[in-house]
Amino acid sequence: MMKAKFELPVIGKELRRKHAFINSIYYTYKLRCELNLLKPFIIDMSETEVNPTISKSTRLPRKRFYRARAHNNPLSDSHFPVPISPSHVDYCLHYPQLFPSTGQADNSKKIQFADVGCGFGGLLISLSTLFPKTLMIGMELRDKVTEYAKEHISSLRVANPGQYQNVSVVCTNSMKYIPNYFKKGQLSKMFFLFPDPHFKEKNHRRRVTNPFLLDEYAYVLEDGGIIYTITDVEELGDWMKSCLENHPMFEALTEKELEANPVVKLSSSATEEGQKVARNGGQAFQAVFRRIVPTNQAS
Amino acid sequence: MESEPKKETEVAPALIAVHPDQSSVAVAVAVGPHLRVFDLAAGSAASLIDDSDAVPFHKDNIRAVRFAANGKLFVSAGDDKTVKVWSTQSWRCITTVSSEKRVTAVAISNDGTFVCFADKFGLVWVVDLDPPLLDKKPAPLLSHYCSIITSLEFSPDGRFILSADRDFKIRVTNFPNKPLNGAHQIQSFCLGHTEFVSCLAFVKSSQECPQGLLVSGSGDSTVRLWDITSGALLDTCEVAIKAGLLESNGKAEEHGHAVTDLWTVRDGLLVAVAIQSLHGIVLLNCNVSSQTLSVAKVVSVAGEAFVPTCLGSSSSTGNLWMVTGVSSLPGSNNPSLARVRVISGIDGKQESVVLEDESIPGGKKLLETLQGTASVDDNAFLAAAEAVKAAMYNLLIKKQYPSENREYRKKSRNDRKLKS
Repeated sequence: MMKAKFELPVIGKELRRKHAFINSIYYTYKLRCELNLLKPFIIDMSETEVNPTISKSTRLPRKRFYRARAHNNPLSDSHFPVPISPSHVDYCLHYPQLFPSTGQADNSKKIQFADVGCGFGGLLISLSTLFPKTLMIGMELRDKVTEYAKEHISSLRVANPGQYQNVSVVCTNSMKYIPNYFKKGQLSKMFFLFPDPHFKEKNHRRRVTNPFLLDEYAYVLEDGGIIYTITDVEELGDWMKSCLENHPMFEALTEKELEANPVVKLSSSATEEGQKVARNGGQAFQAVFRRIVPTNQAS
Repeated sequence: MESEPKKETEVAPALIAVHPDQSSVAVAVAVGPHLRVFDLAAGSAASLIDDSDAVPFHKDNIRAVRFAANGKLFVSAGDDKTVKVWSTQSWRCITTVSSEKRVTAVAISNDGTFVCFADKFGLVWVVDLDPPLLDKKPAPLLSHYCSIITSLEFSPDGRFILSADRDFKIRVTNFPNKPLNGAHQIQSFCLGHTEFVSCLAFVKSSQECPQGLLVSGSGDSTVRLWDITSGALLDTCEVAIKAGLLESNGKAEEHGHAVTDLWTVRDGLLVAVAIQSLHGIVLLNCNVSSQTLSVAKVVSVAGEAFVPTCLGSSSSTGNLWMVTGVSSLPGSNNPSLARVRVISGIDGKQESVVLEDESIPGGKKLLETLQGTASVDDNAFLAAAEAVKAAMYNLLIKKQYPSENREYRKKSRNDRKLKS
């Protein structure tokens, strides 16, 4: 059976940092994984004849087979299909149990929560059981990561019949195509958790919360809809907060409202990124705002 | 292989704009960096005066020209990253605005106080023309993330500004009283086109429809009718198929017949459509009560290779002005080419006739001024039409990279954290 160097990723993060040699092998492994060159070697694991990317014990997908770079080019858009308009979004592909046949134009139920840049899907999984009657979707640009999240949800659906039927992910560029997925005022919650900071001044316009994109987010959110943002980078946190404060269609939630909202706590603890920040003892900067109608129409 | 497409997008189509007043006071043609205006009232070419010390006249291809609705102003903008506002009385350049990126579209508010222009990166800027200064700083108005904006229009009642982009979207935004603070309230998105949207035009408001209906043309060879308040698609007209250019399920030449320009005549009840590869125009009937579009007729220009690159007309003269041409022909040292033709009787009251050179308003003198020369070289214009088509596609159609290529390109990427 093939063991030895291909088993290295199981070693913890600390060891990875200390051993440069092993490190270089790890990254080569990572890169080759992406290029699928190792596929013929991995398959020779006699325990599982099925897809080795799924762990035999937990029946959940193994993250190491879905590794991807943390940063992806937000200008890219050509490798995934985009619905022509919100009415073209395939509900029965995403929520098969709730929308069994394609023909049904069920206008009553619509997606209400959107996690922009959902990563591995941590938040959505937690929200799914908290809001079992609400449809929610995650949008992620990295296709490998979306695959992981999809597999994760499928496995959870199989393991827990009746649950997790209201959550799904889609691989798309939310900075360009949000209006294609959601009608005006459709969403009641939007999440931007730990987005890419894009540190350089010239890259600030690539940030997922910039003053122009806030117009589009205000468009898809209903009146009173809430936007949750959190980051561990202080500069980004200040930036997102000031963008929201300066936008005429958003107002901050009061301290009291923040306390009363159960979702606020989840956004810092439920995602993989959030857990990593807590583990490393980092600080998280939150900005939660409500979508309003501007006081003077002609602002 | 990568450098060639860049050169091809340098080719710019010829543009025409007609003064909106009834008496068709002036006609302007822009080819490459040259802006030529013929004053019909005076019967001679208008001489343009530009003494802005920054950039006198345009140094690079002009990409957008427009007369203000009140006829007092004219705007030209293009690849030299400047927007110039001219007074139509004196033809003097009253303001020059610099843009960070190349400009792809311009629009003037109905009362003439604001000029909006869009750049290649998707940002729409607004300039306050009042008080008139020689140098103005634009303020950002809105943005289509990383998408080339192909057309900007104000709605007839001035409430909305519309922006169309190459990502198949049309965004309808409320135009605020203080636009320098940005236009943040989006009214709707008109989604439905399956290719880049190239042009927008309004059907004037009527009793049934006070906001007016929008018609848009696109690279998917259709013209669509929209209700802008809700963003609803009312009707689709497959003009390329109806004009006989394309088979119903023709996949052979998928991208051959983009709609290049639209102009509404007779308050929008008729829409003139220019399509690539069509020698002439298609006239569509727009029925406001049933909210449908249908083909009225195809008017062909016989006797020469004339594929219009831009259309224009003034509200009630019944003349449709067309221009074809290109800033330069790649592979040859030809100077810019332009050819102007006029169709009279376009408003359906009389027979639509493509006028001969002598019978157009302004006659041969106008042609000499606007075209640069009076003579026409057929072969050159065929090549010009092809060049314009290629340039448009290189600019607006997204390149598709197959997934094997993506993996191959990733191979040369070096993610290793430890370089040593």
